[in-house]
Formats: sequence, structure tokens, C-alpha cells
Amino acid sequence: MISFTLFNYWAVIVLMMVGFYTLISRDNLVKKLIGLNIFQTSVIMMYVSIGKITGGTAPILMESGDHGGEVAVDAGHAAVEVLYSNPIPHVLMLTAIVVGVATLALGLSLVVRINEAYGTIEEDEIARKDNAR
Amino acid sequence: MDDRVILRIGTKILSPFILIFALYVQFHGDYGPGGGFQAGVIFAAAFVLYALVFGLGNAIKVMPPKVAYICGAMGVVIYLGVGYLSMFRGGEFLNYSYLFDPEHDPTHGQHYGIIGIELGVLVTVFGVMVALFYAFAGRRRIDT
Amino acid sequence: MSQNLPALLVVVPMLLAPIAALLNRSGPAWVVAAGGSWFAFGAAVQLLRRVMTEGVIVYSLGGWAAPIGIEYRIDMVSAFVTVIVTSIAAVGVIYARVSVADEISEDRHALFYAAFLLNVCGLLGIAITGDVFNVFVFLEISSLSAYSMIALGHDRRALTAAFQYLIMGSVGATFIVIGIGLLFVMTGTLGMMDLAQRIPEVWASGEGDRTIAVAFTFLTVGVTLKLALFPLHLWLPNAYTYAPSAVTGYMAATSTKVMVYLLMRFFFTVFGEQFSFDRMQLDMVLMPLALVAILAMSLVAIYQTNVKRLLAFSSVAQIGYMVLGISLGSVLGVAAGIIHLFNHALMKGALFMAMGCVMYRIGSVRIEDMKGLGKAMPWTMAAFVGAGLSMIGVPLTVGFISKWYLVQAALAQGSWFVAAIVMVGSLMALIYIWKVIEVAYFERREDEDEIQEAPLSLLVPTWALVAASFWFGIDAGTTSQVAISAAETLLGVMP
Repeated sequence: MISFTLFNYWAVIVLMMVGFYTLISRDNLVKKLIGLNIFQTSVIMMYVSIGKITGGTAPILMESGDHGGEVAVDAGHAAVEVLYSNPIPHVLMLTAIVVGVATLALGLSLVVRINEAYGTIEEDEIARKDNAR
Repeated sequence: MDDRVILRIGTKILSPFILIFALYVQFHGDYGPGGGFQAGVIFAAAFVLYALVFGLGNAIKVMPPKVAYICGAMGVVIYLGVGYLSMFRGGEFLNYSYLFDPEHDPTHGQHYGIIGIELGVLVTVFGVMVALFYAFAGRRRIDT
Repeated sequence: MSQNLPALLVVVPMLLAPIAALLNRSGPAWVVAAGGSWFAFGAAVQLLRRVMTEGVIVYSLGGWAAPIGIEYRIDMVSAFVTVIVTSIAAVGVIYARVSVADEISEDRHALFYAAFLLNVCGLLGIAITGDVFNVFVFLEISSLSAYSMIALGHDRRALTAAFQYLIMGSVGATFIVIGIGLLFVMTGTLGMMDLAQRIPEVWASGEGDRTIAVAFTFLTVGVTLKLALFPLHLWLPNAYTYAPSAVTGYMAATSTKVMVYLLMRFFFTVFGEQFSFDRMQLDMVLMPLALVAILAMSLVAIYQTNVKRLLAFSSVAQIGYMVLGISLGSVLGVAAGIIHLFNHALMKGALFMAMGCVMYRIGSVRIEDMKGLGKAMPWTMAAFVGAGLSMIGVPLTVGFISKWYLVQAALAQGSWFVAAIVMVGSLMALIYIWKVIEVAYFERREDEDEIQEAPLSLLVPTWALVAASFWFGIDAGTTSQVAISAAETLLGVMP
């Protein structure tokens, strides 16, 4: 019986497996990268789910109309009552997203150059061309 | 090119708003959702849109790839520059409280420090995004 | 400034990388890269000396103390690893000047040096940070720059090698992130010291035992993917074979070493020896893998015809020795692993650099093309022989020192079998090194006069590493003392 409260994590697991399977089973280099990206995205979803607190709101000071020194301190005191989601996982994932973009860009640029060098992006054909020489 | 009036006019109208929205996200970033990453991507999106509609050649005239590369590198320098500045002023690396003289409220330093950092992030992300777009779009297609 | 040295160690190469890219010319970019590497080397040596006298150095970035902010935490192990990385980088950057000019097209030199500096920065960051997520960030900085440096190789197979490495490396890094996430769920913290404190609590409470175990598994698999432990080594041979010579020499000596360090850090500091060895029975997993790595990869190395590829497989086998040391789980074993980090960096760096010299003159590193090189390039081949002796483990070389400690550690636990396999591994190293020496010295070459000795700017760095591998083999006191006290720090045994 799948517990509904853990729905997010089931989605994470499914995405993770879809991505990982694509990564392993496909010969096409672009499809491999897509699989890798889905795999990484599932991790992002996992972290965001971790940070969510039921009934929690975005971790922003509620009362702060100003962001200067003294007002913020007052707002901080007033805001103790409000339930915030944990911001740390989101911040971590901001970094992970950037890393994912960088990896994807580098991977795709390698694919472009592989295509220019070999004339194909199928892994078995590349292997055949390498062995033929 | 001439028959795509709606696209061209639309792009021309939208572009400045996209740029302004990027700046809004940027300066909102130190006390609310937003910040350099998102702002940089939005800022770059305006240029990508321009390049898609008016062609890569025109976009390169507006912003040469060289400038994008320089932006990508300069942002990192700005970011680290803030860190070094706080280090030279006696604090730890990236300790913004030391950015101003001691008679200032340290929160001022925290405030302006994060703006400086976000500016560095904006410039880098913008430069890298545009450079990536140019790199992929400008690659000659080779049919084999 | 000296209290900021831990931060400067990382951020000076980081700042110089975009500057090198902005200069966009080969010469100035090299000057910047060399300056950054040598600065980092000086800083790392300085930090090691301070750690030896004063103990652990803690540096809070931005002035935020550890559980909230990110701290750099330099103890004996990390200081030693930074010295390994920066010394190889400092020698490698001198070597890179001529080698890169020969193998990489002119317009990419500045970007190469930028990537090189970023790689140094990332590896140093992994070594000194005390925050597990920061580890991931630095890991990706070093990996992404490594992929792009490998892709600069001359052969088109460098591209596929880099792509393969990118896929496997990213999977490894993502596994690490999953592991970190699961740890964060159970403990609510990311600081290594904090985790070290809370994991035993969570584990003891019984509720989070399974999650911690899964996190441990993800982290172990992720890091072993990155360090190319035997069944997960598939990316390594191609990457090392087709990368530019300077990159191979530098990377073979540094990146896998830092990953081994990370493995030790996770096993001993974050999870603690008790959890790793009693709960997870790590020795039952790692030791067989390490032993198979030593035997199988040495065997594969014997059958290679491309010397760079041969050395790459030998690297996988040597990683087996390091992991074997860890899996013994004793102070002596871990010390053997740590000392082998340094020693292997010296000898494998020298071997790959000697191959770079050969590549520079004859444009190939296949064994059959190396006929008569012993006469044509006496200094290069002598360096190869010197470092090769070390690889075999002949007394008076560093290779002997590491194997001595490893055998001692194995015998201290009564594992004659392990000690025997270490010996067999050495014999196999003798075979594959001899294969090259035999062709180079005992076969005649037709066009002997046309080949000249490699230029001094390549020979001097190569010989610096060879000389160091003899120096630290004869005077092993300093390194073994550092390694043993590093092992004691890791295992929590107070000296």
C-alpha cells in the first residue's frame, strides 16, 4: 500500500529509475544526456520535498516592509510565530541546478564535437569506427 | 524576415520589459525570492529571444561573443573581489560585516555585500548563458 | 594575511582562472597559471607546517561558525593531500608550457590554463572543506574542468573518452548528492564535524539506521566511481590515454588521490570507524575489490600496447593498493594508504611525464614505436626506468616504502594472503615496466639519429618528480611520520 504522504518520494524514485535506465540502456549520446538530466532532476525534487514542512510558508520575513537594519530585527522577533519551510535544501538545489546546467552544456558540446569528428552520435557506430582503424 | 511583423514588433516591445524584470528580480534578491542566478538567466533570455527573431548575425552586432565571454569571466572576478575586499579589511573571506569602516552598522556591510555578490552572479550567469547560446547556435551544421 | 591562508589556498587559483581566460594569450595565461600553482604550493606547505605544530586549523567562511556557515577544516590528512595536489600542480604547470604548446591548438591555451587552475582550486577545496555539500560543489568544479581538459586531446577518441567520463562522473556526483541528502534528512546538518557527532546518535536510536546505511552506500558507490575502484574504473583508461600528456600526468597524480582522501574522510570522520566497519562491514566489500583490482588490472596492463594505456591500467591497480590500505582499517593500514597517495602521485606523475616527452619527440606512445629510444632519448628513458623501479617497489624508492607499510599492516592482522597478493602485484608491475624497457633499450631503431632528446623544460619537471621519488624513498622519515599521524587523526587515536 503506497502511503499518500510519501507520494513525492515515490515520484522521485520513479523519475530516478527512468533517468538511470535511459542513461544505461540508450546508445544515442543525446538520449544518454537526457537520461542523466532526468536523474539529476529527481534528486532536486527529493531535496525540495525534504525542505517542505506541512503548512510552512516561504522562508521570508513576513512583517518586513523595509529591509534595513533595525526594522529587520523587529520583524525577526515578530516572525517567530510563522512556520517556515526549511530554506537550506532549496539553496543547495540552486547550486545543483547550476551544476546540472553546466554538465549538460559541456556534455552537449562534446556531443556536437563528436558528431563533427565521427559523423554519428550512436555509441555502437562510434565504437565500430574506432575499431576499424 | 519582413513578413514576421508580429514577431518583430512583439520582440521589440517585450525585450525591454524582460530586461527590467530581470533587474527587478536581481534587486529583489537580497531580501526576497530572486537573485543573480534567476536574474542572469532572464537577462540572457532577452538576448536569446532577440537572436531567435532577428537572426544570430544581428544579435552578435548587439552583443559580440567576446563581450559575453568577458562578462562570464568578469562576474567571477566581481564575486571574488567582494570576498577579497572583506579579507583585506580584516575579516574573513566573504565576511561582509567588514566591508565598511567600523563606525558603520555591520548590517550595512551585509546588505551591500550581498548586492555585490549577486551582481557578480548576474554578470557571470548572463555572460555564460549568452555564450552558450552563441556557441551552440553558431556551430556550422555538418551533414554526413 | 596569514590567518586567511586557508581561504587564499582555494580562492587565489579560483580568481586567477577567469583572469587567465580574460588574458586570452598563451604566454600571459601560463604565467598566471604558474603563479597560482606555485602560490598554492607555498601556501599548502606553510599550512602543513602549521598543522604539524599547532594542530587543526579551522576557518569560518564569511565569519559564520560551522553548523550555520561553511568552515574550512585543515587537519593532518587534508594538509598532506593539499601538499600532494599543489606540488604536482606546481611541477605540472612548468611541464605544461611546452607540452601544451605542442599538443593543443594556440587559441585554446588560455582556456586550458583557466581549466587547469579551476581543477587545482576544486581539488584543494575538496581537501580542506568541512562541509559535505561544499564537497559536492568543489567536486563538480574539478570534474567539469577535468572533462574539458581531457576533451582537448589530439585524437578524436579523446572526445568519446571525455563524454564517457562525464556520464560516469556525473552519475557518481549525483549519487554523492543523494547520499548527502539522506544524511541531511536524518541529521539536519551538513557540517562534517556535526554529522560525525549526530550520526552515532541517530544510529543508536535505531530509527534512522536504514536511512544512514543507504546514505553510506550511495556515498561509497559515488566516490568509488570517481576514484575508479576496480569494477567502476571503465572511464579511466580511455580518459588517461587520449588526454593531452600534460593533463594525464597531472590528473593521474592528483584527482584520484583526492577522491581516495574523500573516501577516507567519509568513512572515518563523517560516519566513524565503528559504523563503517562494524555496521556496514566495509572490509568485506572493499578488500576483495581492491585485491581483484591489483591482480586483474595489472594483468590487463601487461597486455597493453599503448604505454599510456598500460600506465592507466596500472593506475587502477595502484588505486587498489590505496583502498586495500583503507580496508584494513588499522592505523598502519590507513597510514600505508595515505603514504601511497603521495608516493604514487610522484611515480605515476613521473612516468606519464616521461611518456609526454616521448610523445613530444616521436608523436606516439605505442610500444613498437619506442624501439631504441634508450639510446636516442637517454634522459627520458632513464627517468622512465627510475620511476618504473619505484612502481615495482625496489628498495630505496618510494614504491618500496608504501609496499613495506602495506605488507606490515597486512601481516599485523595475520593476513598472509593479502601480503602475498601485494607481492604478486609488484611482480606483475615488474613485467609491464620491463616490457617497455626491453623495447626501448634492446631493440634497434633505423632512424636513430633523427630523434633528439626531449627539451629541458620537459625533462626538468620529469626529473624533479623522479628525484623526489628517490629522495622520499631514502629519507622516508618525514612522509611516514606525517602519514601515520594523519591516520591517527582519521581513526581518532590520539598520539
